[in-house]
Amino acid sequence: MKSYVSPEYIVERDQDRCIRCKVCVNQCSYETHYYDEEDDIILSRNENCVNCQRCATFCPTQAITIRENPNHYRSNANWTQEAIAGIKKQAETGGVVLTGMGCDKPNLTYWDRLLLNASQVTNPSIDPLREPMEMRTYIGSKPDSLELDAEECGGVMLKTKLAPQLRLETPIMFSAMSYGSISLNVHKSLARAASEVGTFYNTGEGGLEKSLYKYGDHVIVQVASGRFGVHSEYLNAGAAIEIKIGQGAKPGIGGHLPGEKVSKEISETRMIPVGTDALSPAPQHDIYSIEDLRQLIYALKEATDYTKPVFVKIAAVHNSAAIASGIVRAGADAVVLDGVRGGTGAAPRIIRDNVGIPIELALASVDQRLRDEGIRNKASVIAAGGIKSSADVLKAIALGADAVYIATAALVALGCTVCQKCYTGKCPWGIATTDLWLTKRINPDLGAKRLSGLLRGWSLEIMEMMGGMGINAIESVRGNRLLLRGVGLSDTELKILGVRMAGE
Amino acid sequence: MVLKDAINRVPENLIIKKNVAMIDATGVYYRDLNSLLRSLDGNGIEKIEICNVYGQRYIGTDLDGHIKIDVYGTPGNDLGAFMKGANITVHGNVQDGCGNTMDHGQIVVHGRAGDLVGHSMRGGKIFIRDDAGYRVGIHMKEYLGKRPFIVIGGTAQDFLGEYMAGGVLVVLGINMKESRHNARFVGTGMHGGTMYIRGEVRHLGEEVEVTDLEEDDFRLLGGLVDEFCSYYGLDAEKILESKFNKLVPVSSRPYGNLYAY
Repeated sequence: MKSYVSPEYIVERDQDRCIRCKVCVNQCSYETHYYDEEDDIILSRNENCVNCQRCATFCPTQAITIRENPNHYRSNANWTQEAIAGIKKQAETGGVVLTGMGCDKPNLTYWDRLLLNASQVTNPSIDPLREPMEMRTYIGSKPDSLELDAEECGGVMLKTKLAPQLRLETPIMFSAMSYGSISLNVHKSLARAASEVGTFYNTGEGGLEKSLYKYGDHVIVQVASGRFGVHSEYLNAGAAIEIKIGQGAKPGIGGHLPGEKVSKEISETRMIPVGTDALSPAPQHDIYSIEDLRQLIYALKEATDYTKPVFVKIAAVHNSAAIASGIVRAGADAVVLDGVRGGTGAAPRIIRDNVGIPIELALASVDQRLRDEGIRNKASVIAAGGIKSSADVLKAIALGADAVYIATAALVALGCTVCQKCYTGKCPWGIATTDLWLTKRINPDLGAKRLSGLLRGWSLEIMEMMGGMGINAIESVRGNRLLLRGVGLSDTELKILGVRMAGE
Repeated sequence: MVLKDAINRVPENLIIKKNVAMIDATGVYYRDLNSLLRSLDGNGIEKIEICNVYGQRYIGTDLDGHIKIDVYGTPGNDLGAFMKGANITVHGNVQDGCGNTMDHGQIVVHGRAGDLVGHSMRGGKIFIRDDAGYRVGIHMKEYLGKRPFIVIGGTAQDFLGEYMAGGVLVVLGINMKESRHNARFVGTGMHGGTMYIRGEVRHLGEEVEVTDLEEDDFRLLGGLVDEFCSYYGLDAEKILESKFNKLVPVSSRPYGNLYAY
């Protein structure tokens, strides 16, 4: 069938600059560029281009420009290019339109409509370059009260037995991305960076590759509905366990890692045969209620002798606040909320862009609900899904998060350009792929360096912003919504966010 | 030391004779019971007999050795969840989630089982003498040397072997009241493994096909039925005389063509 879908991008090559080095030909995993020997010229198949910018970045003479195809359908605010092309594609294949990364629609972000405060005159700001700033925080259940014992030497002893805690040197962790959806070299980079910086990386649901067990003190192992690679050794290898109920990019649906991606290496870690689809059912089949969730939480605690915090991750949805209350009462040590803009390796576009709610609203309502019920201390709250900058991190903490998870931002640090084609498994940047030819493109040493660089940069910025507000500890920001003001928000939005209008 | 601590907590309930420990679980909270089991495990104890078990969960979870455990009474949910090698015999019925995500070891039940027997199990064996509930063997999977086996003596409820990705699931239909297995959606989403079902099934999922048994199947099935019968004093030959249906997945990739790329 002749496809009516026109190429999204046009590859322009300045033939005066092109030296026929074929770097673009070799770098593109979508076979966009090819060398015509007869005419000694490099040409492009526009229809293959995904605009990942790999070729343009690596072209030694900067001869390549990728442009959006100017051949638009007639402009129509309602019938967008995406809507028309999507229908054509579906008519031709009869399938579900897939995509990768998080929702790319503009109207679902609140971070940019929330502004932070700063001290002026009445409360001195602090210079983080010269004065100590406390960025450390602990994830885990906190007791209702502390019992202390005075020691003879004058010291104080903590009598209360604390629940297991994770110590974070910066309130930013790497969110769940499974081995299979991303490569081993990316996992290595994440694990090393987390160890160096003193934070944590989440395995996602594909198990923990053997060579990464040594980073266990900085690993959160995930247990999802497919239970891939989940066994006692795995559960005990990490510093914490996360039960995945949902994901912001695809709330309510499961995952299919297609058989093509289940290579020998992936199969060893997931513990399934090579080439079979790794199907993660939509629900966890032993969890149909909060009581069942409690059962799995405690099964995992039993399996690790109560030494590790157990997180429960849900997608931010309409009843998040009530669900989070149930999760805390079920015994979770941390609730993870993943907003509608959270990323994915593959999800139906229709789900990614239409299901779930923004993290800002979910976070604010969950924090408020847990406070109202007097159980906020019983679990930490971790926000995820669409955090693009250190300001987003600080705003999330001010809205009530103990820490945040980042994933897309981490991949961007490694080279990702958010082209949204992760589901093809051909990532030219060597990130969202298991093809060994491509995965070599990420060097774990350099990857870890880039990721630590990102965390250091963001941490410095957070300290600057905190110092500007006259605050010297990240825990003093948590849930401190007076530090925020809203712009361009309705009364209802402000009420849910628990934030006043700018100028108020 | 650990053992001593544990004994101090429930001294009157524990008797140790040589390498056999006997526990009276009357009124013991599940956490204390499991903590006691962990303290006994690896301390020279080879067998633990627990009597008066009444709903305590997670028995057998997080035990290291190939310890033998005899449970008298009704253990609670998630018996042997994430289990990695213990050998449990239950003299009574088991509740939901028996062998949940089990990796290795064996569970023999002299009675019936609730829902979710062997959910996501990857290794080891489970034998249930009587009937079992819903979603037996859901998402069982196998990998290299790891191959899980479940044998149900009676019948099982709906969604038997749903999402099954590996392993062997046998349903013998002994003493069945109806003329066929009443389960519906058997093998829905199945994409690996094998089911052997003695007698007819009311309703199959779309992703399974029924085939006849071949020589290899009879050898495998014969071994499992022999083992099953050895635990319960039944006649394997008589059971094997009846017709079995073999259920296998139509495809290892049932959802491979859902997407527009």
